[in-house]
Amino acid sequence: MKKEEVPQDKSNLSKSNMKELCYATDENGNYTTALSSGWEPKTIALEQSMLEINERIEHAKEDVKLGLVSPIVYFMEVCKMDWMTLSGYVGMWTWRVKRHGKPSVFKKLSNKLLAKYAEAFEISVEELKNYKGE
Amino acid sequence: METGFVHHQSAHCENGVASNLLKYHGINISEPMVFGIGSGLFFFYLPLLKVNHAPAISYRPMPGFIFNKAAKRLGIKVKRIKFSNPQSAQKALEENLNNNIPSGLQVGVYNLTYFPDEYRFHFNAHNLVVYGKKDDTFLISDPVMETVTTLTEKELEKVRFAKGALAPKGQMYYPVNIPSEIDWETAIKKGIKNTCNDMLAPVPIVGVAAMRFLARSIRKWPVKKGVKVANHYLAQMVRMQEEIGTGGGGFRFIYAAFLQEASVVLKNDSLKVLSAEMTTIGDLWRDFAVNAARVYKNRSNQTNVYNSLADELIHISNLEEAFFKKLKKAI
Repeated sequence: MKKEEVPQDKSNLSKSNMKELCYATDENGNYTTALSSGWEPKTIALEQSMLEINERIEHAKEDVKLGLVSPIVYFMEVCKMDWMTLSGYVGMWTWRVKRHGKPSVFKKLSNKLLAKYAEAFEISVEELKNYKGE
Repeated sequence: METGFVHHQSAHCENGVASNLLKYHGINISEPMVFGIGSGLFFFYLPLLKVNHAPAISYRPMPGFIFNKAAKRLGIKVKRIKFSNPQSAQKALEENLNNNIPSGLQVGVYNLTYFPDEYRFHFNAHNLVVYGKKDDTFLISDPVMETVTTLTEKELEKVRFAKGALAPKGQMYYPVNIPSEIDWETAIKKGIKNTCNDMLAPVPIVGVAAMRFLARSIRKWPVKKGVKVANHYLAQMVRMQEEIGTGGGGFRFIYAAFLQEASVVLKNDSLKVLSAEMTTIGDLWRDFAVNAARVYKNRSNQTNVYNSLADELIHISNLEEAFFKKLKKAI
């Protein structure tokens, strides 16, 4: 990559005035560094991932509404977590956390356990308990 | 309290922290030099392991490997400590700052308040340096940022004790013993040999063999997984290759910069030629990203677009195989 080819496209970085460092060659073929404000193929890749996450959130919302999964699944998607990450935050085995994803099991959870989940999602126990998929 | 630490922006966090910490201790080492000596160039594909709901593809070794290898080859001792509770983690960090020791930390990205929202994923192998403390805010040098920043005690605790894969467990590290004389030549040669062996390794999930394995998978994705999933996988691959920290082209440009520097230290002109060759390969990786972006942007569902991406990848793997064989002979 030549220095003048270092991309200066609009991106999520340029919104917050961030620039990233790239390595590129100068006119004599020697390496130097240059700042880039973003590159379109990357921006599209990131947008694609955000789209994917939003779809997962919407899907989880529907499932909570239909009573297929507990609110834990919805908030897990909102926080961009997967089962493993969530089980790390609440300090329980993954199989146990997955079980709590069932509405029937979720209903019987103690406040102490719910508080652990609420803390991981940074919401209140009430919000977690009363989420109906709306 | 504030140590006399100087912040330099870098492409990749781990090299950047290593280079900045060593510069503080009087060793003038650039980011590409850390990357090369620490054998940072890598390729890894493990379809069974899923990251962000896509197969694990990595252009770099495990977090911590680069700095550890570089330090070992330069004869520098690095102390690493993990903590089981946040209080002792903060206390140890403050003690270091009181003793004028800027310290590297492994942190999770999700709660880094100064990052744009889109970049806040549960990725736990980010690195930064804490170089001071004013009242209850820590002074932070994050190497991928242009300037220094700050985090409150609470915020820092959160990122140090992020959970999930590769949880940092408060990990703190800093060089403790620096030799008076550094044997650069041997260190560089060791770093290059290690990279050549990694990239030419006779295992299907590492190096050029892994690129070919991935190319075979790409051909199957649209049929086996459907276009939607195939495009998600491609987008993830491009992100691993080009996102902040890679310096572009899946670290190939940083490596080319290293080879150029190495050619001067080793007085070996063939490394300069190879550096230019690596630049060309890096450009091909960029072309691959452009073409992959075209596929997932247009949601094109013909299988031949995936086949042509796979062909491109095979072409790159052939070039890299020849490249690393030459590089091995050159030193």
